[in-house]
Amino acid sequence: MTGFPSLLHSDDEQQLRETVRRQLAARADWSSVLRRVEADDPYDADTWRTLAAQTGAAGLPVPEELGGAGASWRETAVVAEELGRSLAVVPFLGSAVLATAALLHAGESELLPQVAGGERTAVLAVPLSTWPGSSFPTSVSVEGDALTGRVTSVGDAGAADVLLVPAIGPDGPSLWAVEAFEVTPRTSLDMTRPLGDVTLSGSSGRRVAEGAAAEAALQHALMVGAGILASEQLGLAEQCLETTIAYLKERYQFGRPLGSYQALKHRLASLWVEVTRARATARYAAGCLATQDPDTAVAVAVAAAICSDVAVLAAEECVQLHGGLGFTWEHPAHLWLKRAKADQIALGTPDRHRAALADLVDLPLGAG
Amino acid sequence: MTTTGPRTPAAADPTTADLLDRVQSLLASHPPAEVDRLDFLRARFDAGLAWVGYPVGLGGLGIPRELQAVVDAALAAAGAPDNSPRSIGIGLGMAAPTILAHGSDEQKQRWLRPLWTGEEVWCQLFSEPGAGSDLAALGTRAVRDGDEWVVNGQKVWTSMAHEARWGILVTRTDPDVPKHAGMTYFGCDMHVPGVDVRPLRQATGEAEFNEVFLTDVRLPDTDRIGEVGNGWRVATGTLMNERVAIGGQSAPREGGMLGMVTSVWRERPELRTPGLHSELMEQWVRAEASRITGERLRQQMAAGTPGPEGSAAKLMFSELNQRLSGLLLELLGEQGLAYDDWTMRRPKEVHFHGNRPGYSYLRAKGNSIEGGTTEILLNIVAERVLGLPGEMRVDKDVPWKDLPR
Ligand SMILES: Cc1cc2nc3c(=O)[nH]c(=O)nc-3n(C[C@H](O)[C@H](O)[C@H](O)COP(=O)(O)OP(=O)(O)OC[C@H]3O[C@@H](n4cnc5c(N)ncnc54)[C@H](O)[C@@H]3O)c2cc1C
Repeated sequence: MTGFPSLLHSDDEQQLRETVRRQLAARADWSSVLRRVEADDPYDADTWRTLAAQTGAAGLPVPEELGGAGASWRETAVVAEELGRSLAVVPFLGSAVLATAALLHAGESELLPQVAGGERTAVLAVPLSTWPGSSFPTSVSVEGDALTGRVTSVGDAGAADVLLVPAIGPDGPSLWAVEAFEVTPRTSLDMTRPLGDVTLSGSSGRRVAEGAAAEAALQHALMVGAGILASEQLGLAEQCLETTIAYLKERYQFGRPLGSYQALKHRLASLWVEVTRARATARYAAGCLATQDPDTAVAVAVAAAICSDVAVLAAEECVQLHGGLGFTWEHPAHLWLKRAKADQIALGTPDRHRAALADLVDLPLGAG
Repeated sequence: MTTTGPRTPAAADPTTADLLDRVQSLLASHPPAEVDRLDFLRARFDAGLAWVGYPVGLGGLGIPRELQAVVDAALAAAGAPDNSPRSIGIGLGMAAPTILAHGSDEQKQRWLRPLWTGEEVWCQLFSEPGAGSDLAALGTRAVRDGDEWVVNGQKVWTSMAHEARWGILVTRTDPDVPKHAGMTYFGCDMHVPGVDVRPLRQATGEAEFNEVFLTDVRLPDTDRIGEVGNGWRVATGTLMNERVAIGGQSAPREGGMLGMVTSVWRERPELRTPGLHSELMEQWVRAEASRITGERLRQQMAAGTPGPEGSAAKLMFSELNQRLSGLLLELLGEQGLAYDDWTMRRPKEVHFHGNRPGYSYLRAKGNSIEGGTTEILLNIVAERVLGLPGEMRVDKDVPWKDLPR
């Protein structure tokens, strides 16, 4: 390691954050998010189009020549933080992070500009629980240019115009862009990031990468996804902490504000320490991803392991410290809890990331 | 849009080049291999290369303090002696910033140079038997007598008092006002009559700390730091610096306690079990995350926007040190049953681990007590950072002499 990237938010990043936050507050506050997830089509296409048009959120790391914003994964992470606070139902993770990372890595230039401009939504067809370092999926097979198979629990599948499908053919692994597919919605624990099962019945596709390049593009996408997800988890944890602090300042029991009880103050102060730690790791992972730092794999594993657990802790504390209110449907705490728990499993559980780290830093479990 | 923020100072930076010139001329005028260690350290102080963030004339150059790393690296590469920071931690981390912030010009000139070179060790005379977390309750009395003050009282848990030439001392000068208002801060000469330092043995077997009895100790008014009655404010500044000093040091990956555990893990495969492996990786991740948090704190300070992360640093540090040192003993198994030496000794330096697993485990227990306990730091975070309501207080408006004790 030569030195640390900046772990702070630059002025540009701060400005981007404010724009995104303003948009999301106006268009996707928690009660409208809740109404949406109870409707048939939860996707908030309007908000997604507006974010894409005003901030370039659909293609921040994509170079301007390819129709993107010419920024980097750092700015992408800033948007992820804000989406973690809001839980707006937009296909950011599926399209602007996972699919975009795979397309960029594969050197694709036909679909990428449309995705980066927000005109079309592409989704990487892997179960959301797939982790960096997992073996290439075998659930879809390809013959000629016809793909057949089924991929379960795909995040943002319901919003997809195009799927990026990892498939196994006679010549080994390859990655395909497919436009004809069927999506069966699943009832998902996290209602704000709906999952779907994808079925391909001999659909024809366009090959985007093959062999080692396909494997590398998929691995890269999973790594970027886990790294950016850490920022989403950070935003969610911050939101839970702030909401809980505000509530404990105004709620009185036994003639004093709940926030004056030391048992509760210590819980919130400890949570603040954890969130502080999570923030540093998420910024470090985003900084490493942006410059393809040699330390990226370690940075992402650390951020994913830390931020996953901190987000769950923050959401659980938020529920508990709101009492009965925290358990009602009519309060956002349950939305945050569901997202936090699903995010902990998405793109690798903390334990998977720690196992990956054990290899990376040479601390094997086995007897050498 | 910019894609990356600034990185840490590079060699091309004009200030860095200028600093390296200064280092070269110090090395040329005082070749470390030829001059006496103390002469070298004094010359380094006079060249402004001791702590570059301090003002010119007081061992510094008045430039950003992160640039100190450039000087330290260049001097270490040239084989120059250092000032053994481990044996003068209280002076460097607590007394010096307090003297700089609140001392008179004469005090700065008199105290800072020998403090930095290590010629004069400092200790911290704060805690008393009746005043620990509640430091502002302290009762050591200082009564004015002409140009002097007469001090009587008892201090306790005073680390390194047996080595110290000076102590930073907080006293009660007015018992008739509420406790925070009637305190005054001094530099206390540990060699004057009436100062009696007695060892206090601690859990590790040795006596790093002491009790200090002060009986009719006469201190000149010129050794008072800050105004009469302003001692609490001065002491609060010292405590803030103490927390950064305990938890805020930069370290390489796997530095400190974690490094002791990982090297045993790599060298002794026969000790590995799945449960210890999960604990190891969990703590590895937390340690690395804390290290990155420390770096973020330093970047904030460098950007002139110090965040409240400083309060987190010591909390993280003490928790990690305790978990890791406990893990190391379990990992070592039979060897973890042994202790190296229980004889009563009076160490010259404070070591948090020093490659002694049993000692590290025991010493780490002090980390969540010294410099503000974990509970007190959580109170501070809750009230000052999160803005939660204060405790119901029974002691705020009562004269100190009427407080229950
Ligand atoms: C290794 C070591 C070195 C030290 N070196 C020095 C030194 O050089 N100079 C010096 O002056 N002092 C030194 N100390 C003393 C240290 O600062 C005090 O021990 C510490 O501030 C706690 O005070 P106390 O021991 O009186 O404990 P108490 O204040 O009596 O606390 C007992 C317990 O009660 C808890 N508690 C107290 N108040 C509250 C509250 N309001 N809310 C919740 N919990 C509370 C504490 O957290 C602790 O767990 C050292 C201590 C150690 C262990």
